[in-house]
Amino acid sequence: MNEGLDHWPFVIAAYSIGIGGTLAMVVWSWLSMRRAEARRDAAKGRK
Amino acid sequence: MHGFANPARFLRLARWMTPLLLVSGLVLVAGALAWGLFYAPADRLMGETVRILYIHVPSAWLGMGGWTTIAIASLVELVWRHPLATIAARAAALPGAVFTAICLATGSIWGRPTWGTWWVWDGRLTSMLVLLFLYFAYLALASAAQKDGIGAGSRVTAIFGLVGAINVPIINRSVVWWNSLHQPASITMGKSAIDPAFLWPLLICALGFSLLFGGVVLARMRAILANFQAEARLRRRAMASEALASVEGATA
Repeated sequence: MNEGLDHWPFVIAAYSIGIGGTLAMVVWSWLSMRRAEARRDAAKGRK
Repeated sequence: MHGFANPARFLRLARWMTPLLLVSGLVLVAGALAWGLFYAPADRLMGETVRILYIHVPSAWLGMGGWTTIAIASLVELVWRHPLATIAARAAALPGAVFTAICLATGSIWGRPTWGTWWVWDGRLTSMLVLLFLYFAYLALASAAQKDGIGAGSRVTAIFGLVGAINVPIINRSVVWWNSLHQPASITMGKSAIDPAFLWPLLICALGFSLLFGGVVLARMRAILANFQAEARLRRRAMASEALASVEGATA
């Protein structure tokens, strides 16, 4: 254990990567699903 | 099981399950991370850095869980040739890779104040890095096989998914087989060496991240399925207009 280091910057960096990465994946997956379903509906001739 | 593998029935189920899993996952993760960050105590030895546990451990479990999903879906694809299994395996690869990358990054950040180094080439860390490279290779293979639909290219991807599963038990047993800076497993089937003050937010976090994983897999399955259907319709329409043009050309 490295006693001299302030732990909080490490905790904040880990949370930023974890939360940022997860949120980016969720939003991107949701948007690409909506885009693909809109494309399918357009190909069906509904829109 | 075959009943649920019907694409129309799957879509009916996925339409309401996708937002349900994503929203409940986000609520659980937000609550458990706030609990871990602000209310859970610091550890006697690791100090405040123990809070990284709530992100790092669920990410590691889901990184391995993602490949286990790929392996099971690949087996179903190879044995029963079911197209939904192919789509499920492809959909699980991206969230699996993202959680593996998060696990490696947060582990490295945790290692610096705890071990005094960002990285060591020991069994656990190296086998986890190998898992990330396997995900990259799988994603590249699946993308190359996409043009082939569910043909031979897809079977090569499925075989790769099955063979790559060898790495999952290696990751699990690496801290037992080799000397490692990484601690041995604190949670095994039905047993935990973790104090309840740390364990409860960890379990709720793991449940929340698992729901998010499930929601992302369903969203990606719906996207892949919709793209297949759109391409099939556009192809049929192009073939019909080509046939019409040739008939008109012959009668003119």
